[in-house]
Amino acid sequence: MGFVKGLKCRECGKPYPKEPLHVCSFCFGPLEVDYDYDGIKKVLTRKLIESRGKTMWRYQELLPVDGEPTVGAQVGFTPLVKANNLARVLGVKELYVKNDSVNYPTFSFKDRVVSTALTKAKEFGYKTVGCATTGNLGNAVAAQAVQAGLESYIIMPADLEQGKIIGTLIYGTNVIKVRGNYDNVNKLCTEIADKYGWAIVNVNLRPYYGEGSKTYGYEIMEQLGWKAPQHIVVPMAGGSLITKIEKAIKEFVKLGLIDNADTKLHGAQASGSSPITTAVKGETDVIKPVKPKTIAQSIAIGNPADGYYSVKSINVSGGWAEDVTDDELVEGIKLLARTEGIFTETAGGVTVAVAKKLIEQGKIPHDESIVISVTGNGLKTQEAVLNKLEVPKIINPSLAEFVALMEEKMAAVH
Amino acid sequence: MSVTVRIPTPLRTLTKGADEVKVEGKSIKDIVENLEANYKGMKERICDNDGQIRRFINFYLNDEDIRFMSNLNTPVKDGDHISIVPAIAGGNSPAT
Repeated sequence: MGFVKGLKCRECGKPYPKEPLHVCSFCFGPLEVDYDYDGIKKVLTRKLIESRGKTMWRYQELLPVDGEPTVGAQVGFTPLVKANNLARVLGVKELYVKNDSVNYPTFSFKDRVVSTALTKAKEFGYKTVGCATTGNLGNAVAAQAVQAGLESYIIMPADLEQGKIIGTLIYGTNVIKVRGNYDNVNKLCTEIADKYGWAIVNVNLRPYYGEGSKTYGYEIMEQLGWKAPQHIVVPMAGGSLITKIEKAIKEFVKLGLIDNADTKLHGAQASGSSPITTAVKGETDVIKPVKPKTIAQSIAIGNPADGYYSVKSINVSGGWAEDVTDDELVEGIKLLARTEGIFTETAGGVTVAVAKKLIEQGKIPHDESIVISVTGNGLKTQEAVLNKLEVPKIINPSLAEFVALMEEKMAAVH
Repeated sequence: MSVTVRIPTPLRTLTKGADEVKVEGKSIKDIVENLEANYKGMKERICDNDGQIRRFINFYLNDEDIRFMSNLNTPVKDGDHISIVPAIAGGNSPAT
């Protein structure tokens, strides 16, 4: 089974067979999966989807695998939280948080792309998988490779947050730290994939891998009662996710699973690594690579692979893009935690802070439905907020001391 | 006016395996036309139907991306070095 016809070049349209290829040999454009949508339309209904398990694989006809998922069958279907408290603070009517900080098994949206990529890697017969990572992807590949019985190599910049490193090493994978930034790591991984013939999920399996991100968009629409929101704010690193959410919406419309959509897609970056928002704000589609300098390491990509296409997704949808400073992103993390009880990582802080900014600028109207994309977990990037929180008082185990503390607190309030 | 052009592996079938070739011209546009004249089939690999450099091909003139200069109209001078580099989905990092 499976509805994949093959791959085709996104630029020149040249068709390719269903193989571990990612670049067009003629024009060097990226390859993408080509589906038989007529075939999918005949079988995939809301009713069929609703009858299935609450995982990302309930949309399996729209994922690029031939058989059943063999890796990560439990991934996805994370909560879409109606964020009334945050909505009140931001002065908007209808706000949701799509919360992949509790995705299974490694607490980020990367579990989606990895279960897709590793299922595909097994179908292709690979024994060794790997990735270039800013952290979350490495966690997901390492954990799911264990499930899959595959050997894994995780290649990362040497200076990642401790939570990201521990959260990879614990799975007994091979971690290689590289002196340099993510863009250096990514280039190295392209060379490694060529030399060793491994499945580097975000390099030579990229056309398949990226498709897993669409499930984030499908879930938002299903959870809203089979409709698309008017605005989605999305963090951007390589820029792939925002393009895949756009694709998810278009596919649901094409398949008649939702009636129509006028969703504006808004991109969020940290100011210290903002090649995509800079292009959008400068009204160009030419991405000028930068050297990232931000604490939002999970989205610190200076030369985004899908930069051009993410600008296009934003522009076509009528959305906008903004970036925020490290201080603003920390405030974003705290704001989400203190209104909705959700502890997100730096990238989520960026997204919340950008949503706030876009609402203040009037780019997102107060009376329209908005989804904020939270894609990672705050416990992995504790360094970001370590010195930005209240210092707890220490007392002896004495009621008198506690009472004194309470009186001090009351006095401070009045 | 002769410049040295570095040819990426996938295009070396057109240059009989040469990884560097000498080409005449006063601008990047001239260089592309003369590459085509010397190595037939080169232009359609490098340029789209509108004659612009393909989106996933990077042209560097002495290590500077021509998109941040004057693109095809960027002037070149004797002894300059040009590199043609496929972008390979983020696999390239001129910023570092």
